[in-house]
Amino acid sequence: MHCLGGDSMSEHEHESAAGESNSRYWTANIRLLLTLMAIWFAVSFGAGILFRDWLNQFMLGGYPLGFWFAQQGSIYTFIALIFFYNWRIHKIEQSFNLDDDDEVAASMEGGAG
Amino acid sequence: METQTLIYLFVGASFALYIGIAIWSRASSTKEFYVAGGGVNPVVNGMATAADWMSAASFISMAGIIAFAGYDGSVYLMGWTGGYVLLALLLAPYLRKFGQFTVPDFIGTRYYSKAARVVAVICLIFISFTYIAGQMRGVGIVFSRFLDVPILWGVIIGMGIVFVYAVLGGMKGITYTQVAQYCVLIFAYMVPAFFLSFMITGNPIPQFGLGSQVSDGSSLYVLEKLNLVLMDLGFGQYTEGSKSMIDVFCITLALMVGTAGLPHVIVRFFTVPKASDARRSAGWALIFIALLYTTAGPVGAFARLNFVDTVNETHYAEAPEWFTNWEANDLIAWRDKNGDGVMQYRAGDAFAGSPEFSESGVGNSGERLLDNTATVNENEVYVDRDIMVLANPEIGNLPGWVIALVAAGGLAAALSTAAGLLLVISSSVSHDLLKSTFKPDISEKGELLAARIAATAAIVVAGYLGIYPPGWVAQVVAFAFGLAAASLFPAIFMGIFSKRMNREGAIAGMVAGLTSTFLYIAYFKLWEPAANTAENWLFGISPEGIGVVGMVLNFAVAIGVARMTAKPPAEIDALVENIRVPRGAGAARVH
Repeated sequence: MHCLGGDSMSEHEHESAAGESNSRYWTANIRLLLTLMAIWFAVSFGAGILFRDWLNQFMLGGYPLGFWFAQQGSIYTFIALIFFYNWRIHKIEQSFNLDDDDEVAASMEGGAG
Repeated sequence: METQTLIYLFVGASFALYIGIAIWSRASSTKEFYVAGGGVNPVVNGMATAADWMSAASFISMAGIIAFAGYDGSVYLMGWTGGYVLLALLLAPYLRKFGQFTVPDFIGTRYYSKAARVVAVICLIFISFTYIAGQMRGVGIVFSRFLDVPILWGVIIGMGIVFVYAVLGGMKGITYTQVAQYCVLIFAYMVPAFFLSFMITGNPIPQFGLGSQVSDGSSLYVLEKLNLVLMDLGFGQYTEGSKSMIDVFCITLALMVGTAGLPHVIVRFFTVPKASDARRSAGWALIFIALLYTTAGPVGAFARLNFVDTVNETHYAEAPEWFTNWEANDLIAWRDKNGDGVMQYRAGDAFAGSPEFSESGVGNSGERLLDNTATVNENEVYVDRDIMVLANPEIGNLPGWVIALVAAGGLAAALSTAAGLLLVISSSVSHDLLKSTFKPDISEKGELLAARIAATAAIVVAGYLGIYPPGWVAQVVAFAFGLAAASLFPAIFMGIFSKRMNREGAIAGMVAGLTSTFLYIAYFKLWEPAANTAENWLFGISPEGIGVVGMVLNFAVAIGVARMTAKPPAEIDALVENIRVPRGAGAARVH
């Protein structure tokens, strides 16, 4: 059997309303992703590679700034990006009532059967 | 206690721990074997992911590579961490929502095609075996240097340990063993790093130490001093590097995208309870990984400074013990070109190729003689980059228990990654090839047995590659990331973000990305190694970075072909709609 899930409720009657809210959620998600991916690109490929020479004229302690971004700063920013996304997208999910907060761990027994 | 005894004690105790965990967490169903029952806490999974991810290459080789490549080493630091942003934001939550067991599962279902699934399995097996051979080599190095065990026995013992917890425990056994292995490896990595940083700068935190002044009274910053010292010896500046910008750019991108496309990493996110946990888990994984990765840069710089200080212009007769120890293991060599009995360390290769020690005894100062042709430059010292992390405690004169800890840590890193890779290989055989493609009527018990047999066979092949490493292994590591970037990542990404992408487009894209990348790497690495220079490269992109071109090609071909062929059926539309929202991961379990 091929049951690809879907919400347990409102399968039929609210289908179009649910689809509407899903697609608005998706647009908001894409917008957030584009912003965060731009930062992802800027700290690694921008500061660590493309503009490294220019940034190296500034020092962060004993680190030339471009070098610091390439070996330290980009990594710290990556962590911040993931946790910011998790926090922000969770808010968005809640506002569209699409979060998975109430779900319990999938059962440990024979769920694959 | 003597160092050697401590090493046996630490390694023995860590092995006993892994086996104990394996027995405690035996898998009894296919779901437990493939995805640990799908109920792993996201923080625990993050830690297991970190151990899975950080291989012998991360633990043993990376800081050494950075030590000798300086800025160029940044490609690994950014490349192998930035991929987690792609995973957390673009792949992991959706794949978890999809809720099956393997990466080919997703590709086969999303593109409603057994052919797509088989192409994905081929990519997966090729990527994983390339990777696993490197782990077994790491096990071999640690055993032969620290335990005085021949490589053959070292690999066999390593295989035995992995067999117990991967074959019996499956993903469940692996997950909890990896948590223990993470603790061992991170502790083993940080302790010498604290010591080194404190020794050189007076600040024990390596991340701050590298930005501080050297505590030798010169009031120079560490990187400043390193640049000066290296320039004196004819090397380039540490903070500058020698690769072209486009190459650094492409290698970094290929490693990031490749990381996000590696099956043994992706599959870890199938083990958490729900979609939001997959995102959270990726964040925790990156924290645990960053602890080692932000330390590796400083460790590399300190190690280089230390190495120059202790080796250059030192009489061989007064060489420190670690120098001759590693010389005895073929990983260091010294050729007294000017016959003064003093080791000159300069830029350039001391001789052609890797050392071939002659049988005819020792030289005037007691050094092992070499058969290699000497080069004309002044450099007399050969050093294998892989030894830096392992030798650091000895170079820094640290106590015996730190050396023992590093030995146990190196083994933990290699074994945890090997186990993760074995699992994806075995599940792709038993689940994707047998259950889903060729023998759909196989029972749950039969599938579990097949998974265990496949894991056993994969261990034997991996062990063979570790004992008799074919010359090409080191040459083709670029394959794993390049191929993952050029084949699996675009197919998964478009499967989530484009509803229009269809079977024809995805398969054509994967085949185009895979073959173009494969041919480019094979040409420069296997068929015409002599031609492997920047002038001959496409746009100046080395084989390590070519996965980016393969990826672009994959996207272009896939989108082009999908435009010209029929839309995917309506149920695929519904599937994509469904995986895009987090709610309902429990309900989305297919079957």
